[in-house]
Amino acid sequence: MAEIESHDYDVIVIGAGGAGLRAAIEARSRGLRTAVLCKSLFGKAHTVMAEGGIAAAMGNVNSGDDWQVHFRDTMRGGKFLNNWRMAELHATEAPQRVWELETYGALFDRTADGRISQRNFGGHEYPRLAHVGDRTGLELIRTLQQQVVSLQQSDHAEHGDYEAGLRVFAEFTVTDLLLDDDRIAGTLGYWRENGRFVRLRAPAVVLATGGIGKSFKVTSNSWEYTGDGHALALRAGARLINMEFVQFHPTGMVWPPSVKGILVTESVRGDGGVLRDASGRRFMFDYIPEVFKESYADSPEEADRWYSDPDNNRRPPELLPRDEVARAINNEVKEGRGTPHGGVYLDVASRLSTEEIMRRLPSMHHQFKELADVDITSERMEVGPTCHYVMGGVEVDPDTAASSVPGLFAAGEVAGGMHGSNRLGGNSLSDLLVFGRRAGAGAAEHVAAARHAHPDVSEEVVTEAVNSALAPFEVTDARGQENPYSLQAELQQVMNRLVGIIRDGAEMCAALEQLAEIKQRAARLAVPEGNRHFNPGWHLALDLRNMLVVSECVAAAALRRTESRGGHTRDDHPGMNPKWRGTLLGCELRDGSIEITEHEQPPMREDLLRLFSLEELGKYFTEEELAVVRTPS
Amino acid sequence: MGYRARLRVWRGDADSGELRDYEVDAEEGEVVLDLLHRLQATQCPDLAVRWNCKAGKCGSCSAEVNGRPRLTCMTRLSLFDTDETITVTPMRAFPVIKDLVCDVSYNYVKAREVPAFSPPEGLEPGEYRMQQRDVERSQEFRKCIECFLCQDTCHVIRDHSENKEAFSGPRFLMRVAELEMHPLDSHQEKGGDRPEEARGDHGLGLCNITKCCTEVCPEHIGITDNALIPLKERLADRRYDPLTMLFRRKRS
Repeated sequence: MAEIESHDYDVIVIGAGGAGLRAAIEARSRGLRTAVLCKSLFGKAHTVMAEGGIAAAMGNVNSGDDWQVHFRDTMRGGKFLNNWRMAELHATEAPQRVWELETYGALFDRTADGRISQRNFGGHEYPRLAHVGDRTGLELIRTLQQQVVSLQQSDHAEHGDYEAGLRVFAEFTVTDLLLDDDRIAGTLGYWRENGRFVRLRAPAVVLATGGIGKSFKVTSNSWEYTGDGHALALRAGARLINMEFVQFHPTGMVWPPSVKGILVTESVRGDGGVLRDASGRRFMFDYIPEVFKESYADSPEEADRWYSDPDNNRRPPELLPRDEVARAINNEVKEGRGTPHGGVYLDVASRLSTEEIMRRLPSMHHQFKELADVDITSERMEVGPTCHYVMGGVEVDPDTAASSVPGLFAAGEVAGGMHGSNRLGGNSLSDLLVFGRRAGAGAAEHVAAARHAHPDVSEEVVTEAVNSALAPFEVTDARGQENPYSLQAELQQVMNRLVGIIRDGAEMCAALEQLAEIKQRAARLAVPEGNRHFNPGWHLALDLRNMLVVSECVAAAALRRTESRGGHTRDDHPGMNPKWRGTLLGCELRDGSIEITEHEQPPMREDLLRLFSLEELGKYFTEEELAVVRTPS
Repeated sequence: MGYRARLRVWRGDADSGELRDYEVDAEEGEVVLDLLHRLQATQCPDLAVRWNCKAGKCGSCSAEVNGRPRLTCMTRLSLFDTDETITVTPMRAFPVIKDLVCDVSYNYVKAREVPAFSPPEGLEPGEYRMQQRDVERSQEFRKCIECFLCQDTCHVIRDHSENKEAFSGPRFLMRVAELEMHPLDSHQEKGGDRPEEARGDHGLGLCNITKCCTEVCPEHIGITDNALIPLKERLADRRYDPLTMLFRRKRS
């Protein structure tokens, strides 16, 4: 094989969203030569789509807030399946991570006394989300992007080279993680522009590739969300956990068809918007589950009083965690009370003045006006559930973000555990920052420890990986060729129809069969036209391999978990079972197939358990698990 | 209400290319990017197009539709008659890589040349205090999604790539203005001078405020009125202030 472009780094970060950039900033700030590899242009990562805000218990708007309250909300939102140590680190460190953004130049909306303003959101007891109107993700990505540039400027001043310490490889796809024995030795990838392969050597790799939503037909996710990091980790021998938990955001656009799935921010409800059925009735009062009855209002009158007097009234049920609201909307539509286009109404027009709407929700106003001809200051929006986020991901050590593969780290959506069975809105951006930083630090420590043993890989391994990526060009017999665009559409249909928001054993068995059939046909995926020069058909053929293996994980894990919890709802197993709370489902790749294994959840530390009332814990935990807190400390 | 839409798309690479005609199914409520995707899926699997969010938030799918710089994901088909041919070409100010994908690296080079936000001395994280009215001016500029349509349309570089060396374009002049108006930026205390840098390093003088950038901005940012003109004014105040002129003359 001809010589291929090669580079040496200390740390490689795959993905340039919030987690990836924060990890890269950390690694570079600790003196490590760092490369960031991303599929899109720099600054276009999916993080820009986040709208509502960053959850952090700064207590700027309600001083009652602190990390314990945030921790409790996060655990409740995830139905106590969360990795409690991650939830603890997240709640304690999020404020520092937000404040740090201001030192990079971020400009959040302000309170009257000049501090960072915070807004209400589903499942959060107090106003907690730092925000910039409804474009917080853009602010986050731009701030981190500009901090990367700032570090590059320092390197330029010192070494005369902007890229001496931190280089971004944009429009670059990683096809394989390279291993030396069982340790990370680098990555193989290619420039999307010309299809030329590049080998990067490094003893540490941070996965920050985001999610898997593009495997579903109706999704708020962009083309990049093909589960690349999940699949790379599996192929390198790491374990994924919680893959059965997929979040369907309650409010995606439903009309016109071409925008179906595009996100409508939860801030609409956080700022006062309500959900109504076709007849105009506020239906969420019918859907307050037993475990949340104490904290949610049971009448519109009380719910409306809460906005001005949150201390003496309970919260509106529109602000229940996302899984609850999505199921409620699904049920309203199923029972025939939906809108003409199969959604429900989200009404902010009758709740806020035109000026307030324009100030708080400018990007939603713009989006509906431009894409649906709907003026949200005077008309209701039509909304319905859309695949938004995967709670499952690479199993990591909470403190260092290290996976079980030496040298492999994961942060952000591609990591699993933090959000349990359901993520609260606003907890994603804070997750990216808290664990992005920790992954950068974890990688730096790993590199320091491995300083004298730089792993390497043989030429044969590289050649094999290159050949595998070029395989779609070799399928030339027109009769057996599979078209990547058609196969992707089939996969999306299967996942949407059979492994969607409401699941059932028989349907998931059917899904697994159909996935197996698609997988077989995927071996004949061909590049229908063109060469390696910026060829989206080829790019998709490679992405599809990842989408398929990750979809298999979701379906297989969902079939195994015979209960309903958070982002996993079984029609045939409707209840929540405390025994399942203590069990995590792992996915591993064995001889090309996914194997599901059961693992015990580490027991929660006693002082954290004591942050909850026994009565509340009793709804989620088994008696044996609670024995430790039954006796007064 | 589906119909066959007529599409004329520029196909080619850095060396050569041509406009090619296609007919593709169109559905109610669709945008130009939907047609390009359908073209990819059904007729031209190797058609190169950039896109990400498909909701006007990421600024990836910039191109020229009937000669006008636009985000293809926000360009609704209802703007055109059903029998009208819709022509889609790559942004003209940047070199083509393939089809509708351009080499936009010029922008990333210019971004690096604007000195970053300089945090104030003596304020720890968490101690920053700013009033909403004071952050609003810079916040407007931070709405920028970096679609580079303003760069594409700016006549200083659109047909004059020789000016690219000296001129950073509206996007990055606006970035200078954004930092200049940031309430806590301490660049000046550390010896910097953002308006002067806009003039000397980024070619502010080449801009003659024709407002083309403002017209194409999909975020409706007042680039000319709120960023470029105030920057020019700050410079003028300083450059033509009699005292400063005297001081400059004495120094030289």
